[in-house]
Amino acid sequence: MSIDVKAGLKSQTVREALRDAMAEEMRRDPDVFLMGEEVAQYQGAYKVSQGLLDEFGPKRVMDTPITEHGFAGLGVGAAFAGLKPIIEFMTFNFAMQAIDQIINSAAKTRYMSGGQIGCPIVFRGPNGAASRVAAQHSQNYAAWYAHIPGLKVVAPYSAADAKGLLKAAIRDPNPVVFLENEILYGKTFDVPEGDDWIVPLGKSAVVREGSDVTLVAYSIAVGQCLEAADALAADGVSAEVIDLRTLRPLDLEPVIASVQKTNRLLVVEEGWPTCGISAEVSARVTEQAFDYLDAPVLRVANADVPTPYAANLEKLWLISPEKIITAAKAALYRD
Amino acid sequence: MAKLATKKISPRYRPLSQIATATYDASAEELKTYYRQMLLMRRFEEKAGQMYGMGLIGGFCHLYIGQEAVVTGIQAALRPGDKVITGYRDHAHMLACGIDPRAVMAELTGRAGGISKGKGGSMHMFSVEHGFYGGHGIVGAQVSLGTGIAFAEKYRETGGVTVAYFGDGAANQGQVYESFNMAELWKLPVIYVIENNQYAMGTSVNRASAEGELYRRGESFRIPGRQVDGMNVLAVKAAADEAVAWSRGGNGPILLEMKTYRYRGHSMSDPAKYRSKEEVQKMRAEHDPLDQAKKRLLDAGILDEESLKTIDREVKEIVADAADFATASPEPEPSELWTDVYA
Repeated sequence: MSIDVKAGLKSQTVREALRDAMAEEMRRDPDVFLMGEEVAQYQGAYKVSQGLLDEFGPKRVMDTPITEHGFAGLGVGAAFAGLKPIIEFMTFNFAMQAIDQIINSAAKTRYMSGGQIGCPIVFRGPNGAASRVAAQHSQNYAAWYAHIPGLKVVAPYSAADAKGLLKAAIRDPNPVVFLENEILYGKTFDVPEGDDWIVPLGKSAVVREGSDVTLVAYSIAVGQCLEAADALAADGVSAEVIDLRTLRPLDLEPVIASVQKTNRLLVVEEGWPTCGISAEVSARVTEQAFDYLDAPVLRVANADVPTPYAANLEKLWLISPEKIITAAKAALYRD
Repeated sequence: MAKLATKKISPRYRPLSQIATATYDASAEELKTYYRQMLLMRRFEEKAGQMYGMGLIGGFCHLYIGQEAVVTGIQAALRPGDKVITGYRDHAHMLACGIDPRAVMAELTGRAGGISKGKGGSMHMFSVEHGFYGGHGIVGAQVSLGTGIAFAEKYRETGGVTVAYFGDGAANQGQVYESFNMAELWKLPVIYVIENNQYAMGTSVNRASAEGELYRRGESFRIPGRQVDGMNVLAVKAAADEAVAWSRGGNGPILLEMKTYRYRGHSMSDPAKYRSKEEVQKMRAEHDPLDQAKKRLLDAGILDEESLKTIDREVKEIVADAADFATASPEPEPSELWTDVYA
């Protein structure tokens, strides 16, 4: 998808785009602050908060002790009181220590209070597989959080989306789980200039048009689908690629429209298949567009085992463009 | 085995924890107010117990009977704008914050007139207007949340303090100590009040806590602690005054362990077989917070038996009115199922 903006474009990494999103929103609203492990003096474990301490000072860019449950709860309390915290988890693997506060406190209090108490907070950090860090540091929590009413869940692929969606998440009055990806941090994309680039939450996007098969993905899997689509095009197959971008609320309108055109759907997820986002997309499309399907909805996901360390096993465990190509051909009943 | 080194006291060491002995010198008017508030809590909870028995209140219902002096004394030390958060035994805290008993009772019955429109129930009630931030069902969660509310107070330089109430059971949750650490590190204006009613559900403090003197639990974070007779509202008020002055003065958190007792079971479904009837009876007979306050009022000649009866009648009327409202208020509209999920 080409970005439709009057302003110019600049080339930026996802890491820089996320940093700019936070800096712009912190300039705009004094209630926004960033808190987490190593976000201030160290400039972020993955350097996402580079320069923020210098600009905003230690009151608004706060290093925490290693105490995820505690600082997640503290952030939620601050949000109840009207501040707009950005809580960085060094990775979402460590957010499991804090998941009670995210689900039981952040997500549910508006409902339980009959609408009296809001929780305008963003929980962000890298999610999904990194490289060669094995089972405890490599997993995708998208389905865990997307399961919860009261949360919004975002998982961008491109730098432009990362920036625009993070700005929207910070402005959103609801708790937002913002799932980044370590491997994408260093990837470069075109990003619109200026500080008014917002991408609304809850809108998926067609990122490549095609007519033979629909590939649906989010986060890093979008890039792999685009690679697969290139290879499929060389083989005479026109694949449409849709980036979900927001996982809750899930916008399947472009997916349904695409399936009505291609009649074949492949859902790709860098995460486990069981009860995953891909399972949810598959179920909903089956409910809403069954008559348009000429083949079963197929899924490409990681192997349903803990993440292995050995290079060869990790490769076997992960999704890849090759696996996507194979599955796309299967959906088309081609070899 | 190597001989332990002679204990050296660090120059930074200060005696952090004490058993508080002071009592507040209340005026006649204050004493009457405390008594009346405590009586309202007791009658309200007795009525809630009855209504639970009649099937009008469902699910979990944790009564505060016996502990009234704690929240009464603490709230008396706060000023408008200060914030309060607690766990699931929260009805009396709401009354102490000045929240309409009708809205609390109607929440217990799950009606549209409830303070959470019937969607929260006994354990999940809130009133931002009154600085009351819940009402939380997960044991210990309110301690981190309350620390965050105090963080916001400091961030905005409001001069307000936050009171985070929790029980002796919650005092063993990990996030309590994570919160203590950050609160002292960042000098947050938070007062931690442990309502030590001796039993975490059915487990006595001594069966659950390696250090049963809970007022010392902040020491390794350099948080001062006080152990207070939580059955005496004037002892509670004196300790609360000290704590509020400490926290409002920019000194960071302070911990108050209130030694108290609940007469009823943990919840309505608890027959309380883990303690003897004699133990409960002894506490009621010798330490009841209402009896103590009543005796002071009579001894000081502030009130006579007749005026006590008048207060009793007025309080009963308020509770009866709340119960009537909570019974007459309709159930929430079916459409309410789908509201308040997102802003």
